[in-house]
Amino acid sequence: MRYSGLKVITEGLFGNKGWKPAWRDPAPKPEYDVVIIGGGGHGLSTAYYLAKNHGITNVAVLEKGYLGSGNIGRNTTIVRANYYMPGNSEFYSHSLKLWEGLESELNYNVMHSQRGQLILAHSDGQRDTLARRGNAMINQGDDAELWTRDQVRDFAPYLDFEQTRFPIYGGLMHHRGGTARHDAVAWGYARGADRRGVDLIQNCEVTGIDVVDGKVTGVQTSRGAIRAKKVAIIVAGRSSQVAAMAGMRLPIESHILQAYVTEGLKPVIDSVISFGMGHFYISQSDKGGLVFGGDLDFYASYAARGNLPMFEHVMEAGMTLMPMIGRAKILRTWGGIMDMTPDGSPIIDKTGVEGLYLDAGWNYGGFKAVPASGWCMAHLMATDQPHEVAKRFRLDRFRSGHVMDEEGTGSQHNLH
Amino acid sequence: MRITCPLCGPRDRREFYYYGSDDYLNRVTVEDGIDALDNFLFLRDNPAGVTRDLWYHETGCAQWLRVTRNTVTHEVLGAELVADIKKGAAK
Repeated sequence: MRYSGLKVITEGLFGNKGWKPAWRDPAPKPEYDVVIIGGGGHGLSTAYYLAKNHGITNVAVLEKGYLGSGNIGRNTTIVRANYYMPGNSEFYSHSLKLWEGLESELNYNVMHSQRGQLILAHSDGQRDTLARRGNAMINQGDDAELWTRDQVRDFAPYLDFEQTRFPIYGGLMHHRGGTARHDAVAWGYARGADRRGVDLIQNCEVTGIDVVDGKVTGVQTSRGAIRAKKVAIIVAGRSSQVAAMAGMRLPIESHILQAYVTEGLKPVIDSVISFGMGHFYISQSDKGGLVFGGDLDFYASYAARGNLPMFEHVMEAGMTLMPMIGRAKILRTWGGIMDMTPDGSPIIDKTGVEGLYLDAGWNYGGFKAVPASGWCMAHLMATDQPHEVAKRFRLDRFRSGHVMDEEGTGSQHNLH
Repeated sequence: MRITCPLCGPRDRREFYYYGSDDYLNRVTVEDGIDALDNFLFLRDNPAGVTRDLWYHETGCAQWLRVTRNTVTHEVLGAELVADIKKGAAK
């Protein structure tokens, strides 16, 4: 065994000189069976499951920066399966089950903590909606509990129950929801894929996709041309640029989502709590920082940094919900580039080009989907058939009218 | 971010409501077919760089603007009234 308690002790005694890098740093080969563009969470999990579930190991993951340098390393780390619509519900349910076995699967501590996720209701109508959502979750086989105001108060007495503007009527508790260590998820999948023979190639930017007679033949990169029988585009916020290399125009607009972390505090919030009257969700990391986020900045952007109006709005929502956090100091913030679709649901599908596949449109819910996205994308690429739980994530569903608008906000990309 | 409204001058981003790409100016009808509708409503160029999109000066002059700006730097390069663009197209 490469890692064990005994190894830790013996390495400790001899200056920790015997540890090897967790994965190789190979040069790109001239040809692969599968090339995955994008070394983020979804790309790495796709590579892992291609090797593990389908025995396809002649695979390269091409990453223009370093592994996990994008949204997988910059998110609010929430893992949940509380979707309502058919198509989404079974997919996220499958993903949560994979999360529950992920640490033993990868032999990697991803610090998956099922500390519960509580969504609050601030009106009768909202409570009815939560009851409906909870029933859908239970029908899917997941867990949900409708809580009264008193139950919420026992659980989280620090919420502002006295205010009249957004009174708390109750909430929906999803006990199996929680958080995970985001970087560890990328590293765990990377190591697992590498051990099964996948080449993880960093600092390798794809600059072109070769298509001959409607069929993909390989990619051009900053480290030379690479031939491939199948190519996957799994690049989140940059999906439109990479797809354009193959002449495609996607139903995606890229937006900035900011997130915020405070200085480390003693344990104070022991679950994930979502405000129902403003987009605000918060948890506390194991290091003690409060990790929270809100809405998009609302205008298309690739700046990877946000603007102050949304910053202010999120702080106001937080203060409205739990005034106790007002004295915590913000330590850092960041803005990730989100691939927003017109219905808020993702895409795992073939494209108009033979051998070219697309996994994109994760809006701002991609983190919890990492295991199932890789699982289903690998299934699609290996068998050319959509996986049962991802069969509605079609690229042409907008054109055909089979949209999956979970929030019911219409076709504007930034409203999901 | 500040947007210079042709009528009101430079104003804070908070006065404006963002709608989306200026694809929305090319309104289609049923006769144009499903591909045109797909392009109008869903598909986007989504450029990393200079883009044109529609903003509504909600708490200012209540005019729709077509703003030219850079999505990578957040630099605002210009804004024109949608009403003027429509008038020009009608001529």
